[in-house]
Amino acid sequence: MTHQDRNAADHLPESGKPGKAVDPFADPGLPAHEPRRQDIDELAARHSERVVTMFFLLAVVAAFAFIACYVLIPKSKVVFIFPWGHVMAQNFGLGGTLGIALLCIGVAAIHWARTLMSDVELPAERHPIEAPPAVRQQVFDDFRQGAYESGIGRRKMLRNAMLGALTIVPLSAIVLFRDLGPLPERKLESTAWANGKRLINMNNDQPLRPEDIAVGSLTFAKPEGVQESDANFQEVMAKAALMIVRIMPNNIKDKQSADWGHQGILAYSKICTHVGCPISLYEQQTHHVLCPCHQSTFDLADGGRVIFGPAGHPLPQLRIAVNGQGYLSALGDFDKPVGPGYWERSA
Amino acid sequence: MEYLSARRRHPLAALVALLIALAATGGLYAALAPTQRAQANPAQSLAIDQGKRLYDVGCASCHGPSGQGSHNGPSLVGVGAAAVDFQMGTGRMPAQQPGAQVPKKRPVYPQPQIDQIAAYVASLGPGPAIPNPSQYTPGDMANGGQLFRTNCAQCHNFAGSGGALSEGKFAPELRGVSPKHIYEAMLTGPQNMPSFPDTTMPEPQKRDIIAYVTSATDPATFPSYGGLSLGWLGPVPEGLFGWIFGLGVLIAASIWIAARTAKARKK
Amino acid sequence: MSTTPSTSRPQRPKAGERLADWADGRLGVYTLAKANLRKIFPDHWSFMLGEICLYTFIIIVLTGVYLTLFFTPSLNEVVYHGSYKPMTGVRMSEAFKTTLDITFDVRAGLLMRQIHHWSAIVFVAAMFVHMMRILYTGAFRKPREVNWLFGFLLLFLGQFDGFMGYSLPDDLLSGTGIRFLEGAVLSVPIVGTYLTLFFFGGQFPGTAFIPRLFTIHILVIPGIMAGLVVAHLILVFYHKHTQFAGPGRSERNVVGMPLMPVYMAKAGGFFFLVFGALSLISAFAQVNPIWAYGPYRPDQVTTDAQPDWYMGFSEGLIRIMPGWEIHFLGHTLELGVFIPLVVFILVLVAIAVYPFIESWITGAKREHHLLDRPRNAPVRTALATAWLALYLVLLLGGGNDLFATHFNLSINAITWFVRIGFFVLPVVVFIVVKRWCLGLQRRDRDKVLHGRETGVIKRLPHGEFIEVHERLSQERLHELTAHDQLKPLELPPAVDEAGVERKVTFGEKLRARLSAAYYGEHSQVAKPTTKEFEESTHHH
Repeated sequence: MTHQDRNAADHLPESGKPGKAVDPFADPGLPAHEPRRQDIDELAARHSERVVTMFFLLAVVAAFAFIACYVLIPKSKVVFIFPWGHVMAQNFGLGGTLGIALLCIGVAAIHWARTLMSDVELPAERHPIEAPPAVRQQVFDDFRQGAYESGIGRRKMLRNAMLGALTIVPLSAIVLFRDLGPLPERKLESTAWANGKRLINMNNDQPLRPEDIAVGSLTFAKPEGVQESDANFQEVMAKAALMIVRIMPNNIKDKQSADWGHQGILAYSKICTHVGCPISLYEQQTHHVLCPCHQSTFDLADGGRVIFGPAGHPLPQLRIAVNGQGYLSALGDFDKPVGPGYWERSA
Repeated sequence: MEYLSARRRHPLAALVALLIALAATGGLYAALAPTQRAQANPAQSLAIDQGKRLYDVGCASCHGPSGQGSHNGPSLVGVGAAAVDFQMGTGRMPAQQPGAQVPKKRPVYPQPQIDQIAAYVASLGPGPAIPNPSQYTPGDMANGGQLFRTNCAQCHNFAGSGGALSEGKFAPELRGVSPKHIYEAMLTGPQNMPSFPDTTMPEPQKRDIIAYVTSATDPATFPSYGGLSLGWLGPVPEGLFGWIFGLGVLIAASIWIAARTAKARKK
Repeated sequence: MSTTPSTSRPQRPKAGERLADWADGRLGVYTLAKANLRKIFPDHWSFMLGEICLYTFIIIVLTGVYLTLFFTPSLNEVVYHGSYKPMTGVRMSEAFKTTLDITFDVRAGLLMRQIHHWSAIVFVAAMFVHMMRILYTGAFRKPREVNWLFGFLLLFLGQFDGFMGYSLPDDLLSGTGIRFLEGAVLSVPIVGTYLTLFFFGGQFPGTAFIPRLFTIHILVIPGIMAGLVVAHLILVFYHKHTQFAGPGRSERNVVGMPLMPVYMAKAGGFFFLVFGALSLISAFAQVNPIWAYGPYRPDQVTTDAQPDWYMGFSEGLIRIMPGWEIHFLGHTLELGVFIPLVVFILVLVAIAVYPFIESWITGAKREHHLLDRPRNAPVRTALATAWLALYLVLLLGGGNDLFATHFNLSINAITWFVRIGFFVLPVVVFIVVKRWCLGLQRRDRDKVLHGRETGVIKRLPHGEFIEVHERLSQERLHELTAHDQLKPLELPPAVDEAGVERKVTFGEKLRARLSAAYYGEHSQVAKPTTKEFEESTHHH
């Protein structure tokens, strides 16, 4: 492509010294300062001054409005404000006035700086961070002198004893952390379920009968004897939460799973085997249950097998049967620890 | 590569890039969009003439001439009047097109005709009846909240905003769903939703849940106290909002602060 | 300096001066002020990003202190009978109850909670953007590597303190996050189970974790962060700010406006702008509505269970991980959780150590005070963008359920997209961005040699049409050619001066190859030489 230079000559630097080659890319130096209108026109400057003053005064007004909102608006008042909808009147008023007050101060200060304070750009020299060699030498000499005077290099026994003391004494503090909690022992392996414990409906605290559970339904249960007012309710439910579904027996693919249930009623742990979220997004047509946290998907018709997502092992199933009074009850605890895997868990 | 970079500044380059991007997006969407088809519930029989006539015209092509089902739609024997009232009253039935899930839309039939079809379907086999208003009058909201968080929030979200299920299925938003339809959905378990029959979720508990859902999905009774609700969808929209309106505005302010003030003489 | 009129007799100094003298006699403030009062700061919008971080940090501390006045960090159970009626009679922890009280009974309590939370969201976002600015412009190079590490630690600690902060109210969403934490720690081989029981003071959830998190959240981490912030700022002052190349701006100076008065007004004003903007956002938009989530119970959950955005990429990692688990000798290695945990740390460490890797490859020992334009460091820019792509695709994975519902996609398909994208996208982005940078370098070179396209078409006497090009100004020529172009390192000769064969180590070979990848002819476009420039001017 051809081209033409229009005014190349205008911009070429003038050569400094005759005979020296001109560097076309040389630094031309800081451009000369150009005045703003406020620098040369007193009227414009006074206008800026008025604008800045007005913003500072507005901030004061907004601050009074803030106090008024605090005192006058009842805490429980809800108002409809378009387009926000129904909001807490006080939050809206306090936040709005505080925001305006603060913004006004900010705008005033910055407008002041931009229009009335000098905008002449100044260069400042940099100095190397590294010290000059003489200083470096001085520091090393001082250090060697100090080390020599302390005798740390010559008296090896002294040095080793000191290092030993300074290592062992702080390390001894590790024992302080032992009482943060108990040892795991076999705590994670058992839940509140046990042989003969009836399945109690979470919704109405009543023991469940097999005829209560319809095909395609979903019910959550806790072990008999557990009350919401118990001191350890949260700890118990963190492992014992149960999810009961009923699947047409001919749709259950896993023979053992069917045997552990009662006429298609299957009781699975509600605690996801990935990291312990209460999994329960049950799709009654596919018999899949999905975890809302990380989407591990289990097939309840196939022994709780993992079919998608990050969970590493199937959902534990609780063996249930109907007791003498016709209630659903557990035949024991889960055969495997519920919830996420951990080092001591054996398969 | 040299060939490409030489033409990078061609006037049509932007257009070509745009077309490639559009095609890629469309292709990706087609590849990722769910294609699984939904099924509906199994069922039973009896006959009301009007309902039967409407059924033959609007429903029989998928659910079979006597409600026994076909490969396009499940059997309606035993689903009961409540299921028909829910499916047709929320516009899900008649379904428009196959997809991962049949979405709700404007009802196609007026209520009297839905009642007739419901009566016909109820006659095919015993199933849950349409509840009467005293069964779904709202109960205690606080208890309903606890029950909702135990039984419903895992799919429908804490405020009934809905949520994702596997393979493109979803739990729909509960905003604007009438108490009757909430009751019927719990009773019958439409599509992939499990049912919560009266035996495990007795009527008073259902009414508590209805109290919570109707209140939590109505801005007048469940204000977003702190301002815009951002859809009651948790931290994801909060993060987006914080980036765009929080950091975005502050970066715009930085640009203003650092910009040169206008000079008296234009260059 | 003396400006007093010469006529006056020895005068008593003014009150302000007397106070300054008093302070100087005890603190030596004059020496400090002499060096810093007229300290020069260059103007560029991207240099204000760090200020956003500083100011949001201050706002978080201020509002956080206010919240501690009303918050009780306790898991003791109470039955609620307060002013928020939909929770009447519900069992909850004192932590959740006092958060409800702050929201509904303390005037401005909700506002303070929202400013605290929105500021945290913006704080981490600003640190993230600030870090990427430093990375893209090469501001991390000598002498600023230590300050880069301070900044990285602030980002790292800020993320975790944010996580702990939104865990404190003990609502359903935060409890779910803590449950995840339990599972994540449990997955650590050998010691995981012990660490979990020690942290929770027993089995999950216990009653210990909220008080413990509280101390860490309000005391330990903010204390460390405050120290790091001060150190970070001292180093910024000590090193003097970096600047972009331009007329009069070199490696040996810094050009800008003085701290007193311009930057005091601008930076001080900006603090109020940041605080004001966050107050308005907190008035207008709701964040973390804990009253709607309800109190935490381990058997309850809500969908849309996500962490705040800054933990989103780790959420993505954990969501896309296949469920691998290894059993051996009666032990379980929970890789489905442990691998994401390790990769999470690695993603962050990768960015933390980058400056040291680049400096090793470059072998540059000099100080750098002029910033690189991202295009002039194509490999670095491409690497940074590839990292960003990885981060963003993981963020997408962390929100896969919302993307599924709002774009009518399948959650499983999105998960697979992210699984593949995790490996493929960074590579594609690296290639595209590197070529893009080279294209921009080529354009700069053309501009220097041939001038700017004016859009004016001219017909020459013999009928040819040409576009008139305008020579760049001296300032622009300097700007576009001021950057250094490094040559790839060469391997030391295989035979030394004495003729003895010396072994080339693996490290040296690797370094030479990486150096060639950074600065070889495929990684940069040679900038015009004086000779080329003169030839182009004399061409016509």
